[in-house]
Amino acid sequence: MKAYLKRYRAFLIVAILIAILTIFNNQLGLKAINIAAYSFKEMLLVIPPVFVLLGLLDVWVPRETMIKYMGENSGLKGIILSILIGSAAAGPLYGAFPVAAVFMKKGVKFSNVIIFIGAWSTTKIPMFLFEMTSLGAKFAFTRLLVDIPGIIIIAYVLSKLMTKGEIENIYKSAELLNK
Amino acid sequence: MSTYILYGVTILFLIFSYMKDKKKTKMSLKKAWKAFENILPEFLVVILFVGVLLAVLNPDAISKIIGSDSGWLGVMIAAVVGAITLIPGFVAFPTAAMLLQSGAGYMQIGAFVSTLMMVGIVTMPVEIKYFGKKLTILRNVLAFGFSFVVAYIIGLVVSGI
Repeated sequence: MKAYLKRYRAFLIVAILIAILTIFNNQLGLKAINIAAYSFKEMLLVIPPVFVLLGLLDVWVPRETMIKYMGENSGLKGIILSILIGSAAAGPLYGAFPVAAVFMKKGVKFSNVIIFIGAWSTTKIPMFLFEMTSLGAKFAFTRLLVDIPGIIIIAYVLSKLMTKGEIENIYKSAELLNK
Repeated sequence: MSTYILYGVTILFLIFSYMKDKKKTKMSLKKAWKAFENILPEFLVVILFVGVLLAVLNPDAISKIIGSDSGWLGVMIAAVVGAITLIPGFVAFPTAAMLLQSGAGYMQIGAFVSTLMMVGIVTMPVEIKYFGKKLTILRNVLAFGFSFVVAYIIGLVVSGI
């Protein structure tokens, strides 16, 4: 019980602050609660399959397979796979991080993990179709064509900015998070 | 639509997994739940923050500050607003379209959409939990900078400055 209280402390504090806000500014507070409830529903709708897939991936796909296709020596194949898997995803960006942790645990190359995060954040296929219908094909295609090289460049710059030890630490903590 | 496909694929995999090995399927579901419960406190905080942010920043407030003649300052503001907020895509794109109609510029909307998707200030606690402070900050800073390139090129191509 105590451990739970500690883990959810930040959540409880923010919830209380919102309750106080609602007392002072009824309209704004209720609006905030409404939007939060809406986001919560969205999370409950999209997040479960992502986590179930992540669990299945963790149990069924052997580390050797992941290393072969997306590991240190996977080259262009690894990059393309990372973009495709990230683009096929659904759900908000915060859903990508637990998946990335399983990838790291399975020995996926660091730059490919970052490329995957980038693709999830910005080149998702369902979102792309939606972007095209609301903002026009020219807008959506231009953004996609600039984003793909951008994601890869950012991933490589990040790999260069991090030291070997720092990357190892991230991999180690990913292992602990998915025990 | 994409949610249905996601559910369909997941259920198919689950059935397949269950037929092949019940024990392994149980284990993967356990892992799924653990991974979810692990990050749930951070998720909940993010969701509450999003609620407050979106209650304060409505489309009207945004469109006032990023008009088409607001130039690079407008791009900067649009990028900052996009970086802070976290709006689901199916709300964000119609909102962006509405902002365009009410006078926002393509370059500004390009910056807004780009940082909205790539930069996540409110999701940083979640990201830090997995990737540590340094990588999280660097990734968000780089993505923020990159969004200006995206904005410039979109401005160039779509409205032909």
